[in-house]
Amino acid sequence: MKMLHTNVQEIETAAELEKLITENDNVMVCCGRMGPMCIPVYDLMEELEEEREDVKFAVMSFDTPEAGIIRNDEACRGFMGLPFTMYYKKGKVAHATSSIQNMQQVASILDAQFSVSNVENA
Amino acid sequence: MISEEIFDVIIVGGGAAGLTAGIYSSRAHLSTLILNEGAIGGQMVLTDEIANYPGVEKTNGYLLASIMKNQAKQFGCKIKSNLKIQAYYLEEKIKRVVLEDGREFQSRSVILSPGGKPRPLQIPGEEQYKGGGISYCATCDGEFFTGKEIIVVGGGNSALEEAVALTTYAKKVTIVHQFDNFQAFQLAVDQAKLNPKIEFIMETELRSFNGNSVLKEVSMEHLPSGLITTKNIDGVFIFAGYMPNTADLEETIALNQRKEIIVDSDMKTNIPGVFAAGDCIAKKYRQVTTAVADGTIASLSAAEYIRS
Repeated sequence: MKMLHTNVQEIETAAELEKLITENDNVMVCCGRMGPMCIPVYDLMEELEEEREDVKFAVMSFDTPEAGIIRNDEACRGFMGLPFTMYYKKGKVAHATSSIQNMQQVASILDAQFSVSNVENA
Repeated sequence: MISEEIFDVIIVGGGAAGLTAGIYSSRAHLSTLILNEGAIGGQMVLTDEIANYPGVEKTNGYLLASIMKNQAKQFGCKIKSNLKIQAYYLEEKIKRVVLEDGREFQSRSVILSPGGKPRPLQIPGEEQYKGGGISYCATCDGEFFTGKEIIVVGGGNSALEEAVALTTYAKKVTIVHQFDNFQAFQLAVDQAKLNPKIEFIMETELRSFNGNSVLKEVSMEHLPSGLITTKNIDGVFIFAGYMPNTADLEETIALNQRKEIIVDSDMKTNIPGVFAAGDCIAKKYRQVTTAVADGTIASLSAAEYIRS
């Protein structure tokens, strides 16, 4: 059951996430709730989705047991603020952030992790 | 890169005031553009439940903001979000707003409704430990501090109410406040004082956040004595009030000492053709309903200005 009222694709199961990161080279997943720290991130993902065709964007409810795949990821150790935002490159975690991020912060992570030069060097 | 279109109205900010101005202006067939730096809805989306918006029995801020956004769009209002405004040129008849990415938009009138944002402490370590021990939202992050010891910074209603709410998770909550009394309603103060998990440190300000990958310690200054002490801590929740988003407007428009935009009853600023509405203006009460009213008046005033 979908829990997040956003215009970004919502992943409901760990299997769906595995499939998404297997089938797409560059994936950003924001795992959160419909709260004040998370909504601004969903909002900017919606904007970025129109500009960044090289990246697949998705959201996942933090409260579903299936989100354990993100909550328990080693990259999220020590995280104490929603949302947990994951950046996957070729199926592996390339970067992760905790708490609210602005457009500039997210865009610079996308550039750093998913840029063409980065792909060539990967 | 200057946009060729000259809009009738550019609205800066997409909170309740800005969206209302967008609805009214576009419905009046004024070409309208909303430029919004953050998430659409502004402070409204921070509200989990809205039960006092007339005509709506109960809703949440996100839903109300979404409806307002769709209304504005349906009337033809253009909305651009998640951008950064670099400069305003408002004195001329045709006003210009320049974005950081080089785009430039022109209009015959401007409505400023940039809203407000949580006031950061702006002390060393704050950005570094955001999400790693520092939070601005008890509802969002409270459970990460289950069984832990935390500090709540602030003395207003949000600070006191959230401190009580955080005792559901934390084993101990220390409220640190800069004054010797609270600005919160007495009911909120009483509830905090009655809670056995809450302690108070008054007339004290935090000076830095320290730790390794996560927050471990804060240093704080007792203001009357100047004494600096440190305290081991697992988390800090900051509720130090809100500040108007007018830093970029200081050189441009008349502000009061609190950096709020000064307007008259028609929402006119000191510059002809420039209006302001919502949490950014100098006023006493800040509610969704008052922001909506401000946005309505600003839009009608802008329409009158353009026609004249």
